[in-house]
Amino acid sequence: MSESDPILQVKKLIKTFEGKLVLNGIDLDVYKGKVIAILGPSGCGKSTFLRCLNGLEEVQGGDILLENKSLVNKATNWRLVRQRIGMVFQSYDLFPNLTVIENILLSPLKVQKRNRQEAENQALELLERVGLKDRADDYPRQLSGGQKQRIAIVRALCMNPEIMLFDEVTASLDPEMVREVLEVIEQLANQGMTMIIVTHEMNFARLVADEVVFMEQGSIVEQTPAEQFFTKPKTERAQQFLNILQF
Amino acid sequence: MTEVLPFYKTALWVTLKLAGIGIVFAISIGLLCSVIQYFKIRILTNIVRVYLEVARNTPLLIQLFFLYYGLPKIGIMFSEEQCGIIGLAFLGGSYMAEVFRSGMEAVSKTQVETGKAIGLSNTQLMRYIIIPQAISYSVPGFGANCIFLIKETSVFSGIAIFELTNTTKNLMGIFYKTNEALLMLVIGYLIILLPLSLFLTWLERRVRHAEFGN
Amino acid sequence: MLNSAINVLFEGKNMYRLIEGLLVTLKIGFIAVVITMVAGFVIGIIRTSKSRMVQLPFRIYLELFRIIPILVWLFVIYYIVPANFDLSLSSETVALIVFSLWGTAEMSDIVRGAIISLPKHQLESSKALGLSIVQMYRFVLIPQAIKRVIPPMINLITRMVKTTALLTMIGVVEVIKVGQQIIEVNSSHHPTIAFWVYGILFFLYFCICFPLSQLSRKLEQKWAV
Repeated sequence: MSESDPILQVKKLIKTFEGKLVLNGIDLDVYKGKVIAILGPSGCGKSTFLRCLNGLEEVQGGDILLENKSLVNKATNWRLVRQRIGMVFQSYDLFPNLTVIENILLSPLKVQKRNRQEAENQALELLERVGLKDRADDYPRQLSGGQKQRIAIVRALCMNPEIMLFDEVTASLDPEMVREVLEVIEQLANQGMTMIIVTHEMNFARLVADEVVFMEQGSIVEQTPAEQFFTKPKTERAQQFLNILQF
Repeated sequence: MTEVLPFYKTALWVTLKLAGIGIVFAISIGLLCSVIQYFKIRILTNIVRVYLEVARNTPLLIQLFFLYYGLPKIGIMFSEEQCGIIGLAFLGGSYMAEVFRSGMEAVSKTQVETGKAIGLSNTQLMRYIIIPQAISYSVPGFGANCIFLIKETSVFSGIAIFELTNTTKNLMGIFYKTNEALLMLVIGYLIILLPLSLFLTWLERRVRHAEFGN
Repeated sequence: MLNSAINVLFEGKNMYRLIEGLLVTLKIGFIAVVITMVAGFVIGIIRTSKSRMVQLPFRIYLELFRIIPILVWLFVIYYIVPANFDLSLSSETVALIVFSLWGTAEMSDIVRGAIISLPKHQLESSKALGLSIVQMYRFVLIPQAIKRVIPPMINLITRMVKTTALLTMIGVVEVIKVGQQIIEVNSSHHPTIAFWVYGILFFLYFCICFPLSQLSRKLEQKWAV
């Protein structure tokens, strides 16, 4: 695979749920180091699409290729894939019975079977970068929503993924805490992490994304470089969507 | 009165012993069944379902009679105590399975998905995420089941095991001191159940404390 | 050898007597259940009162039946009453008394729980809509309370039916006793009869209890609160 090939390719992805068509032939190329923001009205399938990329949802048609290898077959070991494609959810979901550091080290130690000292060093360094190193031995219930979400991001990063997926990660946070999380994601973007972000935060998407994918009812309506999308989108529908958000 | 005390002590011990062993087996069976049901493992799930329905819809006494009087006729002989334990484990296992299963299902789906997203296998999910959290949801039901199973040991009287109830019945027949005997019987159960009840309430509180995260 | 053992059950009046025994059980069960539903309902409502003085005696009553095994209660009433009160009670009567008391205690808890769990804002919304107290009860509270009462009630009835097996231990001639009599008579000719009789009894109880628990489950799902 050459430098110019996309690291992740989605071809005509189809997903149905209880007879209804949820994803209607999605095509997407994701290049290394690029940040893609997926926008769209509720129910358009953006979260479902993200979840298909790490195997949390089954697909009924089309293909997903990671470094030119197809993921849509029975032989795919999703556990291995999930170490390369990390995901952070809206509900952060830190494991309540483990401390912060235990939460972060669970996968590196038990799944990736790494050396404890090495993993711990990385974990502490990542915690330092998000400003939460002093909370390493606390339990999740002692932290605020914003802090928990930042730790959820660290937990995913500690597996050294090549791609990070973010599913509306600020949607359940109080407004004061949204910023601290977005700053972390911005930091990651500047460091060159390949990311796909589903979000409602338009200003943030505009700031951090290289490309915007606008979805509606299971299809991609428009795919445009970020700055252009927000100033002069190609489609009428996208323009309507942006107008509504100017409320 | 004091002459019968040793009998009561033995009876108390028998009750505790059989209930204890029975409960341990019941927990193991229950755990196994609930894991099978949680992961919806093919053929086993159906076997488990049949087992649960049969065990819950038949009285312990009949199960014991069948084990103690019925099985020997086709060559399988268990001692009274073994029958008691098997019966209690059989019945108790189904109740425990129900409690553990609802405990596991109470663990939020997003927790499980997050676990999957960081690459955990099913076994690891069970071990690090589901079971620790399921425990705190299960404790009240688990406690109620333990108390229920201890009370059910009274049914062992039917197959000549000398636990509390049976011993009392016989002592009444020998000494004719019905009132005292029955009082001792009630006290006997209270001695077991009250401390257990208090312990379970403490346990419930303790496990909930460790659990509240999200 | 095994086959002829099953045939014994159909011999003579055996099946007939088994059914008779079953009817004895069901009769006691039925009466106890009726008493339980009525008395339990009434006491349940009484127990929703906030007064400590009212709560306490009923609470003690309930706990007594929660802590002490039913078999023990059967023995207590069966042996103590004649010994102390110069009354002679048939085992059926004892059974009826114990089961009614037990059922009522549990039922009152179910009813009380159902009433307490009704969402408060339902009352407020009804008032805001101008419903009278009677209308409120009729259209809002009682339909909802029924949904919360019936599944656990069926569950209680199932448990009561299962527990009727214990009646054989105080001498009631119900289905198990009949079965045991059949075994005694036929053991010499058919050594394996015990296996089959207890097997049939197992099956009989299952056939009665299983539909009940299925019903309770279906209703619970349908009326999921």
